[in-house]
Amino acid sequence: MLKRTPLYETHKALGARIVEFAGWEMPVQYSGVIEEHLAVRNNCGLFDVSHMGEIEISGEDALAAVQRLITNDVERVVDGQCQYTAVCYPSGGVVDDCIVYRFDKKRFLICVNASNTEKAFKWMRENGQGAAAVRDVSASYAQLALQGPFSAEVLRPLLTIDPESIRHFHFAVTPIKGYDAIISRTGYTGEDGFELYFDPRGAVAIWQAIMEAGKKYGILPIGLGARDTLRLEMGYPLYGHELSETITPLEAGLKKYVRLEKPDFIGKDALVKQASGGLARTLVGIKMSDPGVPRAGYEIQKAGKKTGYVTSGTLSPSLKLGIAMCLVEPGLKEPGTELECVIRDRKAKAVVTKLPFYDKKAAAGAAK
Amino acid sequence: MEFPKDLKYTKEHEWLKVEGNIATVGITDYAQDSLGDVVYVELPQEGGAVTKNEPFGVVESVKAVSDLYSPVSGSVSEVNDAIIDSPEAINEDPYGDAWMIKVEIANPGELDDLMTADEYQKYVEEEK
Repeated sequence: MLKRTPLYETHKALGARIVEFAGWEMPVQYSGVIEEHLAVRNNCGLFDVSHMGEIEISGEDALAAVQRLITNDVERVVDGQCQYTAVCYPSGGVVDDCIVYRFDKKRFLICVNASNTEKAFKWMRENGQGAAAVRDVSASYAQLALQGPFSAEVLRPLLTIDPESIRHFHFAVTPIKGYDAIISRTGYTGEDGFELYFDPRGAVAIWQAIMEAGKKYGILPIGLGARDTLRLEMGYPLYGHELSETITPLEAGLKKYVRLEKPDFIGKDALVKQASGGLARTLVGIKMSDPGVPRAGYEIQKAGKKTGYVTSGTLSPSLKLGIAMCLVEPGLKEPGTELECVIRDRKAKAVVTKLPFYDKKAAAGAAK
Repeated sequence: MEFPKDLKYTKEHEWLKVEGNIATVGITDYAQDSLGDVVYVELPQEGGAVTKNEPFGVVESVKAVSDLYSPVSGSVSEVNDAIIDSPEAINEDPYGDAWMIKVEIANPGELDDLMTADEYQKYVEEEK
């Protein structure tokens, strides 16, 4: 039985195309992936991401439990701040990548991928040590993401606080339409924006209030299709593609979220070894020089010899050319390196490029 | 959704227009709508051969790759190069500007099992 978010009927009424994703019936597109993508880049867009999971870790030893589970270091952030991190197996492979919300030393909320909620919950419950309760509170939260340059303006009339007072990767707990919401300055698009967590009973009212407030800024509802192209243009990893049980965060280029100097965490030994021994493969971004759209699973070659594969690829709606992230031999990671992507029976030329693919400032400069 | 009466249709959602011994081939309104934004198309060379029910090219949306199947066998007499540069035309005008190839029909008997507009419309409604 597929799960539905509290906004399922709202999406249907908006004419969304619904697909199965990680056990949920989710909107993949409304007006069209490219139009939605560009709305987020230029104006703003609203995403229903209620399928994401939330796990709460609380109690006397909550901080120590979280520190043991994650590769990043929540001692480096203050109460009211969020932090991106991986959760690893002892092998260094990834259980999930997630955002940790630090309320205080005794309470953390961890936002996990929909596809990994059960697995991550089980892992955290079994491996979070000491006096800390690990609870799957996913059913207690609906989640919306409001993303795009006008996000703060859209949110302003709906809040009692100034949305600009929430700094990047910080959060506030504040009412919206009568519901207490956790509102963080975070997102998965590379644009300014907010993610809101609240009682699912408030979902329809809050969705409608944001859509109404966003009307004059050209807000659009955004499906999973554009969510994927937006994150790909930023080079953000997606679990199951750039990260998995067999791809470590170091291979995926997430070194700054892995605190090897931290006294201990699950996976540390394997990651220390990998860091000192050198990586067998590394994640790079490529842009197509030849026509064609690189797709997940396509082979990457260097001078006719296999060197890796595409983990995610698409036609970039902002750049209007094929882009992809690939796992390749580490010697090939320098920007400018020429590679070939095997598209059907054709070898299409591609070039290694710095991430993110899409640079807001460069795009603004080019438009002038 | 449009189903022009003067065309013939396949189960793979291609349309075909017969004028003399030349068939013009494209994808249907239903096909373009199901695909979403078309961003890339690959077509055969002029003079190449196509075979009924075999792939003759590829159309890609943002999310997915789909084969194009030829409704008839024959040789490709003309290719619509304009849609290679502007694949979005396939979304905008699937029965007009965004025709894909013209085929010199090798065996007119192959046209017999193609669907009429009414039959295709019924087929699409059942598939939904």
